[in-house]
Amino acid sequence: MKRFTRLFIRLDETNKTTDKLAALIDYFSAAPPRDAAWAVTYLTGKRPRSPVNAAQVRAWVQSAANIPEWLFTESYDAVGDLAETVSLLLPEPGMGSSLSLSDWIETRLLALAGEADESVKRQTLLAWWAELDRPGRFVLTKLITGAWRVGVSQRLVTRALAETLAVDKDVIAHRLMGSWQPDDSFYAMLSSADTTDTDISKPYPFYLAYSLDQEPRALGDHRQWLVEWKWDGIRGQVIKRQGKVSIWSRGEELVTERFPEIRRAAGRLPDGTVLDGEILAWSHDKDGGVMPFGHLQRRIGRKTVGKKLLEEVPVTFMAYDMLESQGEDIRRLPLDRRRDLLEQLLGGESADQALRLSPVVTANCWQTLDSKRQESRDLHVEGFVLKHRNSPYGVGRRRGDWWKWKVEPYSVDGVLLYAQRGSGRRASLYTDYTFGIWQGDKLVPFAKAYSGLNDEEIREVDRFVRRNTVEKFGPVRSVPPELVMELHFEGIRRSTRHKSGLAVRFPRIARWRRDKSADQADSLSTIIALLPASERD
Amino acid sequence: MSAPALSADDSGLYCAAGDFHIDPWRPVKRAIITHAHGDHARPGSDAYLCAEPGRLPLVLRVGDRVQTLAYGQQLTINDARVSLHPAGHVLGSAQVRVEVGGDVWVVSGDYKRQADPTCDPFEIVSCRVFISESTFGLPVYRWEPSGFVMNELVDWWQNNADAGRPSIVLSYVMGKTQRIMASLASLVDCEGRLFAHGALQKMNEAYRASSVYLPTAPNPLEVGDGYDFSKAIILAPPSVAGTPWMGRFKRGVTARASGWMRVRGRRRRLALDRGFVLSDHADWPGLLCTIFETKAERVVLTHGNSTVLARYLSERGLPAEALTLDRWGEQEEQE
Ligand SMILES: [Zn+2]
Ligand SMILES: [Zn+2]
Repeated sequence: MKRFTRLFIRLDETNKTTDKLAALIDYFSAAPPRDAAWAVTYLTGKRPRSPVNAAQVRAWVQSAANIPEWLFTESYDAVGDLAETVSLLLPEPGMGSSLSLSDWIETRLLALAGEADESVKRQTLLAWWAELDRPGRFVLTKLITGAWRVGVSQRLVTRALAETLAVDKDVIAHRLMGSWQPDDSFYAMLSSADTTDTDISKPYPFYLAYSLDQEPRALGDHRQWLVEWKWDGIRGQVIKRQGKVSIWSRGEELVTERFPEIRRAAGRLPDGTVLDGEILAWSHDKDGGVMPFGHLQRRIGRKTVGKKLLEEVPVTFMAYDMLESQGEDIRRLPLDRRRDLLEQLLGGESADQALRLSPVVTANCWQTLDSKRQESRDLHVEGFVLKHRNSPYGVGRRRGDWWKWKVEPYSVDGVLLYAQRGSGRRASLYTDYTFGIWQGDKLVPFAKAYSGLNDEEIREVDRFVRRNTVEKFGPVRSVPPELVMELHFEGIRRSTRHKSGLAVRFPRIARWRRDKSADQADSLSTIIALLPASERD
Repeated sequence: MSAPALSADDSGLYCAAGDFHIDPWRPVKRAIITHAHGDHARPGSDAYLCAEPGRLPLVLRVGDRVQTLAYGQQLTINDARVSLHPAGHVLGSAQVRVEVGGDVWVVSGDYKRQADPTCDPFEIVSCRVFISESTFGLPVYRWEPSGFVMNELVDWWQNNADAGRPSIVLSYVMGKTQRIMASLASLVDCEGRLFAHGALQKMNEAYRASSVYLPTAPNPLEVGDGYDFSKAIILAPPSVAGTPWMGRFKRGVTARASGWMRVRGRRRRLALDRGFVLSDHADWPGLLCTIFETKAERVVLTHGNSTVLARYLSERGLPAEALTLDRWGEQEEQE
């Protein structure tokens, strides 16, 4: 545990990727494989079920620190992180623990998860806190409550393991996918020379596209590029091996049970097939097609799906790439070859409605493509994806051969109404904003946005909020309607849960409109005009 | 019932019986200044009074219309009796005791209860009404002993020097900088390795001229081109972060010394390599024990978390409120 705590402190102390990488390599070089495996499990967000919940942690630390609940809340507001608040509030720390990370997890945390008696849990956690020093308490509470926020990506962990074990990082990335058990064979599993993997559900790491930041003309001859719609759903992989279907989401969750239609359709695929694509809500009506993302949200998060929902929101898997064919990893083949194989597999009339081939968009020049791209909104897609016809299927995100060419975002000027303190790096600053737009002579809350301003602007808004607070509601402050910001968002739909009657997707601040006063902000009617024609009234 | 000895007006805290203000935020006729930090000592008033050791720093801030009073010495101003007592915050920092018709009020200014080689230690002054700062008025703010923190800082510097990397410490111009310099000198030999940014030099001179011992710390821009800073420690004001000035120290490692460093979010937001929790303000236990030790019957709170501390004290049976119209502490955010 001490070694892992030191790792955590080193990761947390620096903003530089090279230093984080060095800290991880030092850790992996010294830690026993079992500890390392647990460290990877937690750092990449795949922790096992927590033995206690956040509410219990809060309640118990209040009693240990002998403070009332409201004071805990104030403290948490100022700190912005539960585990850190715990470590700062507990009375004098202990000496630390010499148990290893895996001992902590296996003999303590996992055992506690099986304990039914809440008072035993409480006593146990208080005793652990008392035993540990301050950094140790922080790390233990992090193990329990999750959310590390130390700027360590799956990719960085992969790189560190690759360098420590001298194994190619794509191989490591693949072996870290899917489900494996943290145990003594961790390093052996990662560095084994045997390339046939036994886990039949294991997906491949996803390859991601960069946002296009130049004129498409700069990409050269448009015929070198395969153009597809950029679907607005959940990225996923469908795997059929040894008669068994597995469906993975990009968040590396096994979601097979949630999408029975896709599972059924994939059951007819030949063994040794892996497809990459998008899970979409799809209407099978004659003028149907992809439904807005809001519908798909009803299917996400439901482990079991009722008959009614299955009928109202059917899903389909829009396949656009093939990663394994006849049991062979074909990711190194050029895209054109993989596309051929994919078309042979899914083309033709017999295809199942729940498993579709993503159509290719053709045009005779970039300009025609650009005008087709403007139809995206009506088709409920986000624009185009451009893939170089010679590109292999890579790992992670790399510049050069896959690009997202999105439609311009919606844009609206809103007025700052409420501000709330941020979390993590921005704890104790007012960084989470609610914006309003005009409805008649009233401002109605319309969207929340967290990002988009630079640090200096954030500090300026923070000062404005502190000096001009009208009212406080817990961590939220209301301010006079003065600051106007240009907001961008990707999608918009009707919503009964929002005061404005509208919900937007991915709202963010594009810039601060210092040139505008509140009365020049947009009104609800301008936004309604942005809705697809069918939803305007 | 007679008028309160002190009350807030547009310019700040006002004593009607003595016709003077304490740390006014606008120019007034007569100002008593607790200490020379920017939010407490603003220029433009006709006359200033401060504790004797604080004269030179205050002159740097407001010019030379400054009179002084020795700690503990009584002065009668109209119908008020005034004396100044060490607050342990920075050189010359004072609590202001105001007695009007037998009723005693104390204004703490900023204070800390920890040892500091550059100023006199805090002294408890009994009173009926205590006006206390509450910059760090949350239970998450608790300080380690300064000696412990300074040893950590020396270890950090040593490690950086071993790696051939300059150590840059960002600290407040008045108080924190000199406290670090004096503490360093008592732990290690700094000769030839300690430097201070040009913006710190005047205040360092004011401290030295006030008989505070500080080790030599030249301006790093004045030691000649090509000087090797790889084993050096350089103190600088927080405002230099991200400016070209930093570029001179190749592979430099940056730390900040402040009470706010207790919270990770603050440290990470400022993109620092390291934060040292070293504050010139009282921590949560320090605030509580001070407030109870004054035996005050009523407490008024200023700075930062005043409403939180007021509620906490009230719930424990001590009448307390936050001072409305509080313009102090605006710079403590950058402390
Ligand atoms: Zn001060
Ligand atoms: Zn102050």
